[in-house]
Amino acid sequence: MADSGETDPAPLRALEGIGRGTVRGLDSLGFGASLIWDALGWLLLGPRRGQPVRPQPVFAEMMEIGVRAIPIVSMLSATIGIMLAIQGIYQLKRFGAESQVVIGVAFGMTREFAPLITGILVAGRSGSALAARLGTMTINQEIDALRVMGINPVRFLVVPSLLAMLVMLPALVIWADLVSLVAAGFYITADLGMTLGAYVNQTLDLLGTGDVLHGLEKSVIFAALITVVGIVDGASVEGGAEGVGRVTTNAVVHGITAIVLTDMLFAFATTRG
Amino acid sequence: MAAAAVHSEPQPVIEVSGLVTHYGEREILHGIDLSIYKGEIMVIMGGSGSGKTTLLRHMLGLEKATSGSIKLLGRELTSMSELELYDLSKKMGVAFQGGALFSSMTVGENVMLPLIEHTKLDRGTMEIMMRMKLEIVNLAGFEHLAPAELSGGMIKRAAFARAVVMDPAVLFADEPSAGLDPVVSRSLDELIKDLRDALGMTVVVVTHELESAFAIADRITMLDRGNILTVGTVEEVRSSENERVQHLLNRCFEEEVLDADAYLARLFGESPRD
Repeated sequence: MADSGETDPAPLRALEGIGRGTVRGLDSLGFGASLIWDALGWLLLGPRRGQPVRPQPVFAEMMEIGVRAIPIVSMLSATIGIMLAIQGIYQLKRFGAESQVVIGVAFGMTREFAPLITGILVAGRSGSALAARLGTMTINQEIDALRVMGINPVRFLVVPSLLAMLVMLPALVIWADLVSLVAAGFYITADLGMTLGAYVNQTLDLLGTGDVLHGLEKSVIFAALITVVGIVDGASVEGGAEGVGRVTTNAVVHGITAIVLTDMLFAFATTRG
Repeated sequence: MAAAAVHSEPQPVIEVSGLVTHYGEREILHGIDLSIYKGEIMVIMGGSGSGKTTLLRHMLGLEKATSGSIKLLGRELTSMSELELYDLSKKMGVAFQGGALFSSMTVGENVMLPLIEHTKLDRGTMEIMMRMKLEIVNLAGFEHLAPAELSGGMIKRAAFARAVVMDPAVLFADEPSAGLDPVVSRSLDELIKDLRDALGMTVVVVTHELESAFAIADRITMLDRGNILTVGTVEEVRSSENERVQHLLNRCFEEEVLDADAYLARLFGESPRD
């Protein structure tokens, strides 16, 4: 232990901890970037290398990530659409401008809430599942088994998940846009005595292709982030079942954090000028 | 197989020369030289921490050595690219300690996976080959079950079926009888010998189970703390005058009793408590 003449080691330990954490974080970022690069390589050059990406696992992943998520995405996007309508009408009533709620709902859902809530749901549902699967496979030597069978794990496991995520997350966002706008429409027409046709017309007049694309572009970035975070966390597993639990939790926390931060940066970058 | 016949084969299937490897600062293998010949069953034995699993992982191309050479079927493994290694992998089969069957697939799909990935055979032919291999390991009719529905011994048998489905030149098995009762363990020993006899492959088995090693080995390599203690036939190893060999044989590779500091020192080179 340090004697009275020496510097207190606690701040040094804290500094060392920060340094180690930073190195680990950079290491994970580098691993994630190399995974995407590798995945692209196998997707494009797989057939030439004698290991093409097979469609069946991609479709299976699409079912799991996309189709099976439809009920929960529908329920939450409808709820958030209605909530936005309730809050909007309540606040705008103070200015006698409650009919303007359609603007808030249409832009809010397509540009922000539909991609964000869908991304968070998919990170919780599929990002964690990916991390758990990778973690369990690593512990059970299944990744080693793939390698010694001459099967590249990135081509076999990462590419199908990445492709499925890149297709299904934007598709889910389009679905969430529709469901939330329809649900909000039912509430708004009932509350404000507006006809459904008028609501639809007003929404279509307001929304441009750019607004929908804004949400979709974000969802593509979220899809890549969820997959890479799930795989990087899953591959970092240590220990047994407890380790798998830890990487699964990490994948959810890291995935949601990455999505929210990216969302803010994306909004900032695309609304300048 | 007679040892003399084994030694008459001039070209080894696996040739390890001067293999040195480190985990961090610590040297795990201290210059291993070993030749394994066509058609023999070579058992690599040693206690915990002897380096036998590390040696196996190097022979499979799963680890990079610090220095030295490993030739598998005449091809240098240590300088091989990833794609060359994948190509060579088609000529070897591996049965991992826990089976390493993919839980998302049935037993049949697991066994067929190498065929699906590496051949252009039609589905019907692949299914026939899969059933043949399952029959060899006494698992005929189990192809529709999930790995979770199999017992420990059955999982290992299925792993052997997957390992030999491509008729590899070399079969590796990591601790095949670990965690199994003596009856199942003996039946797996018989299976390894039957596979070698039926398919004519070279077999490398890593184990710490003496009884099993003596039952199946043509030759035994005994490892101790990253060095080869002895290589020879069962009789040669049994009658070795090397004190360390006799010590290990008599203790049946039971784990040495170490205190925590000695254990950490062995693991990390020095005790982190120092």
